[in-house]
Amino acid sequence: MSIVQGVPVKLANRSTRLSIAGNESAILPVERLIDLIATLLAGVRHVAVGASSPIPGSGALLARALSERKESGLPTRVSILGSKRHNAFTNGGVELFDMAATGRIDAFFLGGGQIDGQANINLVGTGNYPQNEVRWPGSFGSAYLYHLIPRVILFREEHSRRVLVPRVDFISASSMKRDADFRPGGPVALLTGRCLFRFNAARRRFILERIHPGHQLDEVRDQTGFDFDLSDDLKLTPDPTADRLALIRQRIREEIAETYPQFASQLAPEAP
Amino acid sequence: MKSLVTLISPIQDGCRLAIGKEETGASIAATLALIERGVRRLHLICLPVSGLQADLLIGAGCVETLETSAVSLGEAGPAPRFTAAVREGAIKVIDGTCPAIYAGFQASQKGIPFMPLRGILDSDLMKHRDSWKLIDNPFHPGDRIVAIESICPDVALFHAQACDPHGNVFFGRDRDGLLLAHASKTAVVTVEEQIDGDFIQDPIRAGATLPALYLDGVCVAPGGAKPLSFSARHGPDTEWLLRYAKVARSASGFGEMLDELMVLHRAAAASALSE
Repeated sequence: MSIVQGVPVKLANRSTRLSIAGNESAILPVERLIDLIATLLAGVRHVAVGASSPIPGSGALLARALSERKESGLPTRVSILGSKRHNAFTNGGVELFDMAATGRIDAFFLGGGQIDGQANINLVGTGNYPQNEVRWPGSFGSAYLYHLIPRVILFREEHSRRVLVPRVDFISASSMKRDADFRPGGPVALLTGRCLFRFNAARRRFILERIHPGHQLDEVRDQTGFDFDLSDDLKLTPDPTADRLALIRQRIREEIAETYPQFASQLAPEAP
Repeated sequence: MKSLVTLISPIQDGCRLAIGKEETGASIAATLALIERGVRRLHLICLPVSGLQADLLIGAGCVETLETSAVSLGEAGPAPRFTAAVREGAIKVIDGTCPAIYAGFQASQKGIPFMPLRGILDSDLMKHRDSWKLIDNPFHPGDRIVAIESICPDVALFHAQACDPHGNVFFGRDRDGLLLAHASKTAVVTVEEQIDGDFIQDPIRAGATLPALYLDGVCVAPGGAKPLSFSARHGPDTEWLLRYAKVARSASGFGEMLDELMVLHRAAAASALSE
């Protein structure tokens, strides 16, 4: 039996067990995403979070909280754009970009109106440029940061064929690396509301690694517009531990509320 | 000290006008005065992005060309008049990426023709503009690097914390006001208040002060950034922005929201005067 056939069965069993245990309803999908982001950021010295990114911001703050408990190693620093408390920039908007170019930022998040199977992203719009059918805000710092920050995590909650396309209509930021280019940065993973892909930079292909509880491999295939590989280690996304869940519901909820008050109100406080 | 009407007099039709992001201080007060005066054919340059401020100018028909990395109302959603104008082909957009716009301003600040910048390689942004060129690193042939042409606006406009009687402007933590003014031919600024003394001689403030020599004028406009947030002084009027994002999707709805904002700012100006 191939891995492809074996996986959905395994996943279905796991999710049934979880449903019976009754844990699933207690954990919000958004809490799983925050938890998974913190795992992806393990060991990072400095993570920066861009505009309109409450979930990545919460994941980064969780990574910081966890790093502070470790006895060895430096704590993770977090810089959240739009926050006054959780960033230390004093040289204007250019400082983030200068930090990236001088190797002072290890991880960052980018999204995309469209993301393709080669991890090119489009933040400009659909159809023909410049008079796009649908126009999005614009490329922000993506075209630059994608090249310079080593661990870029693509994050887009909506996982559908309109977002995950075979080929983006406009390349805001390219994943292409030529040998002679100075390019320390690029994508390492794509996290959606259904699953987590790792990115194989050499082959420029995504590898499905985790499927969130309540979702299936067939569904991921149906909703993804590009081909991808399956990891030998393909599993269900683990639940956050009770300890991490408590951190998300108390400390992280309070910390993210400064920048994203509306979002923070969705994160339930820890039950007594 | 100038009135708003006098302050904006250097911003004439066809002006290359530079504005900052919300955190820098967006002078909505001066923006409304420009709309009221009926400025046209602006080449609006955002350092490096904008939101409501650009959307108001676009909606009011003041903008011919828009140079930016993005226009968005943030948590409130897409900027409705920007989105409509692109779809209708009503404005020319020069799409950039944040650090490239900073680099263009930095080149202008130094009086040099271009600034080399990392990244951007193989982005479609390169295809649609002639002010970025792929060059070979002269010190390391084969290393592709992008040359960003200098961006020299005619006038920079922003909102800041305070001015002193000498016309120096204290901007505080976000330094983009400094870059806006250094790179532009001249600058006009609205401030929350005037404070006695000389900021340049005050060691606490001097490092975050723009000297008067870069400025054409300053005008006190308390709450001049509303309904956007401004520094630690006030947050955004989220309710208003959410309503704008929805209502201004139609041209007539935009007109209503603009009128409402004009009334709010006139009332704020009148109450500041009476104090």
